[in-house]
Amino acid sequence: MGCGRVGAELAILLDREDQEVTILDIDPDAFGKLPADFKGSCVVGNGIDQDVLQSIGLADADAFVAVTPGDNRNAMACQIAKHIFDVPKVVCRIFDPIRQELYRSLGLETISPTKEVARLLKQALEREPAETPKSEG
Amino acid sequence: MYIIIVGGGKIGYYLAKQLVEDGNEVLVIEKDAAKCQQIADDLGDIVLRGDGCEGVTLEAAGTGRADLFIAITGDDEDNLVACQVAKYKFNVRRTVALLNNPKNEPIFKKLGIDTTVSSTALVLANIEQELPSHPLIPLLTIKGGGLEIVEAKVPQYSAIVGKRVSELLLPQQCLITVIIDEEGVPRVPNSDTQVRAGDEVVAVCRRESEDALRAILTTPARETQ
Repeated sequence: MGCGRVGAELAILLDREDQEVTILDIDPDAFGKLPADFKGSCVVGNGIDQDVLQSIGLADADAFVAVTPGDNRNAMACQIAKHIFDVPKVVCRIFDPIRQELYRSLGLETISPTKEVARLLKQALEREPAETPKSEG
Repeated sequence: MYIIIVGGGKIGYYLAKQLVEDGNEVLVIEKDAAKCQQIADDLGDIVLRGDGCEGVTLEAAGTGRADLFIAITGDDEDNLVACQVAKYKFNVRRTVALLNNPKNEPIFKKLGIDTTVSSTALVLANIEQELPSHPLIPLLTIKGGGLEIVEAKVPQYSAIVGKRVSELLLPQQCLITVIIDEEGVPRVPNSDTQVRAGDEVVAVCRRESEDALRAILTTPARETQ
């Protein structure tokens, strides 16, 4: 759910592994980020609307990932996927670290790019300056 | 009571106004500066500008001591998350969410929201009262037990017209609590009370028995003979 940069990138990676992918976005133009040879299906629709999730066959899905720009949208869609459609694997992107912690404690698998990127940046800063050109070369 | 309202739109505004008039301590959380100013100008210093889904904002609002938390924005996902943060992070006992999509009701219930209000469903219920195909109107869901309070109008043609309450074969755990006659006079019925055409019957019943109750109230006389 969500065909932004991350959603499109993930869909492409999974598609190349020959997974059956359905990508959902409210904006039809968003699918322009996908290459012409993308084999998955693109559906225009709202991922927090049960009727839409029903129509794309979410009940039969093995996994559901929500990566729209809205934390609340992602949290709601993932809870619907997990608790209503019983999808076995559900992963939710939540930017706000506080909400990410909350939903993790409520049993949702969550990733906070804010926390992850901050951590990676801090690691990069802590490395010896000499290391950087070496790793690039 | 200390009541927090997330969303300072039209509903939030009038709700806050009424609750303040009733003597409650009210705080409205609203993102939009212009709406905040309007509320502050009209209702006084009862508004906090911020995102009602963010822990920091809710902390500043003193959510931990709120008796009631109402999320009433135009987006269901925001109402859900605001209530969940209030409930699970700040242990607010009672959370109320506005539903824009009435189909979200079972999800919100399942995800811990205590009460949901759907303006769409309310309008629908009022229309449905006029439609013969939907004679049973859910008035209230009683939390936890799967019980509902429903209302239905007894049609002219119903087989139960003229019968006494004790003669009705109601489903298990179903009780007729109030009968409102055509003049609008409500009575608590006893077993001898006669059902008349046009009566509005208020009953407590299990959600799964709704169809059975509907059938009893509205099956035409001829079909049962």
